[in-house]
Amino acid sequence: MEHIVIIGNGIAGITAARHIRKASDCKITVISGESDYFFSRTALMYVYMGHMKWGHLKPYEDWFWEKNQIELKKAWVDHIDFENKELTFSSEETLHYDKLILATGSLPNRFGWPGENLNGVQGMVTKQDLEKLEERTSSIKQAVVIGGGLIGVELAEMLHTRKIPVTLLVREKGFWSGVLPPQDAKMISEHILAHGIDLRHETELEEILGDEQGNVRAIRTKSGKEITCEFVGLCAGVKPNINFLKNLEIETEKGILVNEFLETSIPDVYAIGDCAQQRKAIGERKPVEAVWYTGRIMGETVARTITGYRTPYQPGNWFNSAKFFDIEYQTYGWVFNKPGLNEQHFHWQHESGEKAITIAFDTESGKFKGINTFGIRMRQEVFDKWLNEGKTINHVLSNLKAANFDPEFYEHHEAEIFKSFKNNLQST
Amino acid sequence: MSRIEQNMSVTGEAAASLNTGQKISTLLGMSGLIILCLAAFNLNFPNKVLWLSIALGSITAGIVWFAHATYSSTHAGIKNDGVWFKSMTNRGYVAYLTGVGLTGFYILLYFFPQYLGLRAEGDNVGLIALFDPLSYLLSGNPASQWFVYGTLYTIAILAFGVKFLWKYRHNRYEKLRTFSVMFFQLAFAFLIPEFMSRLNDDGMNLPYYDLKNIWPLNYYNFEQYRVDGFLSSGNIGLALLIFGVVSIFVITPILTYKYGKRWYCSWVCGCGGLAETAGDPYRQLSDKSLFAWKVERWVVHSVLVFVVLMTTAVIYSYLGYDSSKYWLTRDVFLIGVGTFLTLLFAAIWYFKREELQKDARYGAIGYLVIILGLIAFHYFSGQNLFLFNAESLRQAYGFLIGAIFSGVIGTGFYPIFGNRVWCRFGCPMAAILGMQQRLFSKFRITTNGGQCISCGNCSTYCEMGIDVRAYAQKGENIVRSSCVGCGICSAVCPRGVLKLENGSTNNRITAEDGVVGDNVDLLDLLKQKSL
Repeated sequence: MEHIVIIGNGIAGITAARHIRKASDCKITVISGESDYFFSRTALMYVYMGHMKWGHLKPYEDWFWEKNQIELKKAWVDHIDFENKELTFSSEETLHYDKLILATGSLPNRFGWPGENLNGVQGMVTKQDLEKLEERTSSIKQAVVIGGGLIGVELAEMLHTRKIPVTLLVREKGFWSGVLPPQDAKMISEHILAHGIDLRHETELEEILGDEQGNVRAIRTKSGKEITCEFVGLCAGVKPNINFLKNLEIETEKGILVNEFLETSIPDVYAIGDCAQQRKAIGERKPVEAVWYTGRIMGETVARTITGYRTPYQPGNWFNSAKFFDIEYQTYGWVFNKPGLNEQHFHWQHESGEKAITIAFDTESGKFKGINTFGIRMRQEVFDKWLNEGKTINHVLSNLKAANFDPEFYEHHEAEIFKSFKNNLQST
Repeated sequence: MSRIEQNMSVTGEAAASLNTGQKISTLLGMSGLIILCLAAFNLNFPNKVLWLSIALGSITAGIVWFAHATYSSTHAGIKNDGVWFKSMTNRGYVAYLTGVGLTGFYILLYFFPQYLGLRAEGDNVGLIALFDPLSYLLSGNPASQWFVYGTLYTIAILAFGVKFLWKYRHNRYEKLRTFSVMFFQLAFAFLIPEFMSRLNDDGMNLPYYDLKNIWPLNYYNFEQYRVDGFLSSGNIGLALLIFGVVSIFVITPILTYKYGKRWYCSWVCGCGGLAETAGDPYRQLSDKSLFAWKVERWVVHSVLVFVVLMTTAVIYSYLGYDSSKYWLTRDVFLIGVGTFLTLLFAAIWYFKREELQKDARYGAIGYLVIILGLIAFHYFSGQNLFLFNAESLRQAYGFLIGAIFSGVIGTGFYPIFGNRVWCRFGCPMAAILGMQQRLFSKFRITTNGGQCISCGNCSTYCEMGIDVRAYAQKGENIVRSSCVGCGICSAVCPRGVLKLENGSTNNRITAEDGVVGDNVDLLDLLKQKSL
């Protein structure tokens, strides 16, 4: 019986395991040193905030794995002997595989800041990070979070619920403005400030300062300002977790290089999820995408390949979502922070300052390219269809109601949005 | 600035500190409760009107003020911060104390009302006497233990309703729903029945009738004394009796077809009303395991069978044999019940068989055979209908289900098992509406393509113990008989993935076309049952 070994029990690895089990009877082992059972990484923050307990993070009950004959092994992999198809664990135990799937996820970026290894400096990605955070923040007076991305704002919100004052350092003029157009970024910045987060734009970390015991005592910004703090959250993006592969013969760059079938340079070894890097970028997507749902799709895809239907990885139209404190964000298609060539952004904002949409469209053809929505829920299926059919912004705006996914009785803004478009953009 | 003092949240438990407003409002509300306790210990208050007003006023004001102190300074939005760190909402010491206190109150209320001051002869004393002035004002009669309970119940729904409105003030669905349960409790459950009994005089004998309380939830509606009461009230009484029958056989199915059982369970029903308002802080405590789901389905449907048998036996017991006097004789009635159940079973089997799980099929066949068997046995052997006499069946139901299940466990155990234990495991009305919802309704909860990140907020905060995430992560519509449509799963979802909808019944149950955003054709995989 073929033995399929998966390293990593995140969404990519577990999806692969489940789909391989659906389609085959081979032996499956999932290895993770992080946790006994698969858990929702996306919900780690809710445990810290007291919304959920650890048990709620497990999408499947504990008996599920044995019932479906998916073996779980709690261990860290130290070395892989690709030649003999053998893994060595940190306990020096070994394990033979026939096919290997690498789904090791990602780690917080560290850019070599002085003091980045002090006690009290950490990212927020793993279960161990959460435990460290609990321990560290139990009695601190001030925290600093570096980086204005999705994890940054989540970490700020987490600390905020524990009533720990947070200073959030963002390199750009607006929050997440490497991704969000300026008006969207501005709105989110204001929302974060309204929650009492000390959000500082155009501020960069220069150095983390420690005391004699090796604990964080302050940070210094590039402008020379010192901020006293006992905790520094590093949230300036993530990178593939592939350190343990560095000196092996497998081809890596930023991540583990894979072709469209998610095959690595070594036969019978696949890489999926955050740790994989596409040799050829797909559409406008980045070669490394640390996104929850692409991990899931890669897991499904590799499962098909392994069980006999060699299938290329084909993520559909880009979409994503997030929540910034109380503002929900969804995006469908591509809305870049700056309009591209022959492209224009139509922006509408509600007077409350907590609802907005930004639509990217082609200036000449009027073709709809993508939408950001804030505080209004939209139906993915509808936008997926419109993107596939190449609808125009006119079509999108006049049918926007069909895409609304807000709860019943919610206020609708389609008429206002359409009017704003007619008045401000269509005449130009 | 105050700070939650936590240990590892992975293991939970830490007390959240209260702000000044919360402290003073707690003091105010508790002082009102203490007045009621003193009255219960037979302290005789000289001016009952004044002291009752002070007591009820402080309780109401205390709760409303607490809500204000908790939510007014926060930004509108979901704020479940620290729910699992608080003793009250994480089955801590305070929760157990509250549970014991509530349970004790229910035991006194149902079984020992004399300790609360109820007197059959002469004037009431103690707690119940304190409520006499209000009862005289509304109905012209002295208070009973049920009046005391009804008043406190209504206050709980109104005051905690205000708290709920504040907490979910960003969500119009939640606001409208809460206004609705507050209105139905105040008007239909509390005031109208009191006013109806005020109209009683020699020529009128209206029963105390909460019009929104539908059989089988009000399992006593067709008992002899009720039916006699209806019939003795002339046309109005007859109209009420007919309304009672029509509401279960006509109104309820139509509304449930159009809107799902939520129109009742989370917009109208009093039990649901208390669960949604006073019970809201405990919604996350419901058990989501597969085991709990299996128990739930067997128990709730068994209660339904029990109530059908009991009501049949009771009605049967007071019908006559003589077909010249009444068209509805014992035989006609019994054959009618048997025929109706058989036709209903046959219709479901014919049209919806594919939608029934295996154990549901076995259960349905088993129960039908038992009921028909008992009826046949009765004819052939001349034994009591359903082996027991009607009165003992009625008493057993009243005690086990009416008192213990819906009261003592259902509400007393809010802080331990969550707020919908009764609705989920015990309510026969929920079982009927649930079958209609599962098999014939336009209602479903849809999921938004591939946006679900499996975080589990929806499952955690589902008071009915539905593992919403299990459906959402597969992109499957949620069509469950137990869903009361409270809308909280949709509200707590950080990605806007869930939406309560009424739509076409075609393709209501199947997932639309897999998880959007994925160009691989996974339809075949999705069609297979999940692992």
